[in-house]
Amino acid sequence: MPQLTVCPSCAERLEPEDRFCGNCGTNLAAPLSPAPSFAPAAARDRTEDGDYGLAPPVAEADGDYGLAPPTRATIPGQGSAQAAPFAAPAPAPAGIADPRETLLTTEPDTEPDTEPDTEPEPAEPAKPAAACVACGIGSVDGDGYCEHCGHAQPRRRDHIEQELALVSAVTDRGLRHHRNEDAFALAEATLPDGTSAAIAVVCDGVSSSSRPDDASETASVAASDTLRAALSSGTEARQAMQEALLAASESVNSLVEGDTSDPETNAPACTFVSAVTTGELLTVGWVGDSRAYWIPDDRAADNPARLTEDDSWAARMVEAGLLSEEEAYADERAHAITGWLGADAVELDPHTASFEPDLPGIVVVCTDGLWNYAESAAELAAVVPPDARTRPLHCARTLVGVALDGGGHDNITVAVIPFPASS
Amino acid sequence: MAVLSKSENPNIPQFTAEVYQNEYLPEGGREVNAIVTVTSTGGGTGGPPAKQGEGSEASGARAYAPGHGPSAAVVIMVDCSGSMEYPPTKMRNARDATAAAIDTIRDGVSFAVVAGTHKAVEVYPGGGRLAVADAATRGQAKEALRKLTAGGGTAIGTWLRLADRLLASSEVSIRHAILLTDGRNEHEKPEELRAALDACAGRYTCDCRGVGTDWEVKEVTGIASALLGTADIVADPSGLEGDFRQMMEAAMGKEVADVSLRLWTPQGAEIKFVKQVAPSVEDLTTRRVDAGPRAGDYPTGSWGDESRDYHVCVEVQPAGVGQEMLAGRVSLVLPSADGGAPEVLSQGLVRAVWTDDMAASTRINPQVAHYTGQAELAQAIQQGLEARKAGDLDSATAKLGRAVQLAAESGNADTAKLLAKVVDVVDEATGTVRLKKNVDDADEMTLETRSTKTVRVKK
Ligand SMILES: [Zn+2]
Ligand SMILES: [Zn+2]
Repeated sequence: MPQLTVCPSCAERLEPEDRFCGNCGTNLAAPLSPAPSFAPAAARDRTEDGDYGLAPPVAEADGDYGLAPPTRATIPGQGSAQAAPFAAPAPAPAGIADPRETLLTTEPDTEPDTEPDTEPEPAEPAKPAAACVACGIGSVDGDGYCEHCGHAQPRRRDHIEQELALVSAVTDRGLRHHRNEDAFALAEATLPDGTSAAIAVVCDGVSSSSRPDDASETASVAASDTLRAALSSGTEARQAMQEALLAASESVNSLVEGDTSDPETNAPACTFVSAVTTGELLTVGWVGDSRAYWIPDDRAADNPARLTEDDSWAARMVEAGLLSEEEAYADERAHAITGWLGADAVELDPHTASFEPDLPGIVVVCTDGLWNYAESAAELAAVVPPDARTRPLHCARTLVGVALDGGGHDNITVAVIPFPASS
Repeated sequence: MAVLSKSENPNIPQFTAEVYQNEYLPEGGREVNAIVTVTSTGGGTGGPPAKQGEGSEASGARAYAPGHGPSAAVVIMVDCSGSMEYPPTKMRNARDATAAAIDTIRDGVSFAVVAGTHKAVEVYPGGGRLAVADAATRGQAKEALRKLTAGGGTAIGTWLRLADRLLASSEVSIRHAILLTDGRNEHEKPEELRAALDACAGRYTCDCRGVGTDWEVKEVTGIASALLGTADIVADPSGLEGDFRQMMEAAMGKEVADVSLRLWTPQGAEIKFVKQVAPSVEDLTTRRVDAGPRAGDYPTGSWGDESRDYHVCVEVQPAGVGQEMLAGRVSLVLPSADGGAPEVLSQGLVRAVWTDDMAASTRINPQVAHYTGQAELAQAIQQGLEARKAGDLDSATAKLGRAVQLAAESGNADTAKLLAKVVDVVDEATGTVRLKKNVDDADEMTLETRSTKTVRVKK
């Protein structure tokens, strides 16, 4: 199977498993010449609307966020419906039905379902062959749209996976939104005592604000950077979390400067949830309705628990004793959030909490795109695979799959931290 | 949103295109509306861009040093038909106005003066040529105006064709004409005028002025529209001089000609309309010229430092909820001198995003709403005046009442004032009006001529 080493459109260096150019988004698996009879790719089999299979994720053509993508983010392959002359479809691991499970991660290369490393064969850079994933006919213009049917092409943030030694995460656009406004950032820190800390930050852009996708990405990166620096220099975990929340808040506020969009729309805004594991301690911080859950390995010995309390209308009603939980969540205002990061926030009221679990388990850090389909800790625990602590990326993918199977109505982000940090 | 492209030609102004739209469509939704604001600034070697008032004529005169500025040619056509003698001041005012316009011509610009009757006659310099403006030629031209006398009929098509021949004789980048008439185009068939317009369209731009009240509004606005210029009434001949000077100043401020608005739409899309909506309403839909796969060009004429708004309405094939499509790519293009690929001056993207969020898909973009209202205002005035002429007073009252309401709502104060000379406004909020018994011809014609003038959205 021939492999491209550079993008035929922009000459960006490629990895053997790349299906799309990380720089310009060129579909590297597309047919070389326009094929009018080409069937629309049904890349995303869950798409309810059969007209155009949702596109597989790909790098965004514009790199104007000024933020580095997550270091080890990987780009998933596309569905089997589309011929791939350059890149062989990754072999689907046995027993996994979700085509997403065929997606690859780059490292560590210990997962049984990763493609073996092969030296890419040198290939002549071909003519730009970026055929549209929707119609298969048109080529893709510089703005990421098909010049024939106009369909937006997959973007970098549509689906991102990352796996570190101590923490993994997956984010997905879902099935009903045109872009992914969720973001995550993962990091690890070495504490002064030589032990390791895992850091996960998950943010959900507020869709009624302007540039919610920029807000979530900016906030998650700022918080993750702050946590890593603070923990490395010996700052106590809850204090570090406070600092991270403030840094995230400032980074979102600063997006307002130079924002030329409609003054009628709200300032960029997002929710925030983060978890860090340091030694025996598990620390969470949050603003808004993104959540963290504790799921013990042994569910007979310990109960799963939600670690965060939503800043939402429903939570407030329940807290004030005005409505039962059932009544509150049945109300259409239930999900209206009462706290967020952004210049329009009345006052920042960041919450932090620390726990000392005495049994092994995992922390699930997620946006409402997941918990809408598994609200209580028990419901979530029921869909967490038993081997989640040893295969956290697999667990994150599985949970994203649960949300997609439920309808994927929102963007979905799930980070999984095994506890205790075993390194 | 704005996509700025630096032109390779330093004398061409910088164009920007900004798109205003609500891109969200409900499931199955097809119609995408967008307002595209195109602004050109900073061409040539002149001073800062001229300030523009709200809804003002897109002029943008700028001060060029003598002998500088883009190469340009201009022909002034003056109606010399017999009717120009009544009142006698009319011919004198036309002569003075033409002299004022000549004084405003920049050094180095080629020019000529044509006297129009049932035929077209070169007044200056003659011999099928253009003169190059300087102190001497301007003086000679003004001297030649003394020869202008009234007598004969009106065949505007012949004037336009002569102007075309004269303008074509010069190798310049900007070709412009000014036409003054006081009467109906009685001495040629409407088809002859139509054919002349077809022959001249795209070759030069032409501003038209009707003086007095004996001319046909549709005729004059039709000529200006076909030749991408402005039309207006100068009911009192004494106002001609100032108007001519202003018109020539605007012409001298033009920096680039033959700019087209190019619209790309996806496969299966249908273009409902493409309209200029500011500074005035001009439907360009039928003027499309194919420009490659799924793209077409609409002429916009010449540009100085100015800003115009366009309303684009496209119907696309619906996609599923969560999908995004490029519904249109709007670019400003300039044909290349050597016949190669045109230069893209700027572009903006019109998007379609399908959502099940009703709040998002039912939101109406304020710019789109505003210009939809301004287009309806122009139509209500035209239909109301039409009904009034036809004696259908109920319909006239209803249409002009609606116009009063729309003008008030949108803050189009100039049009509201003109309407108040034709109807008695009882309640502008509800559009309740009574037709005035006696209406000045000049007031009615002014309202009709300026019915397409719009104001911009109040920010
Ligand atoms: Zn590339
Ligand atoms: Zn396509």
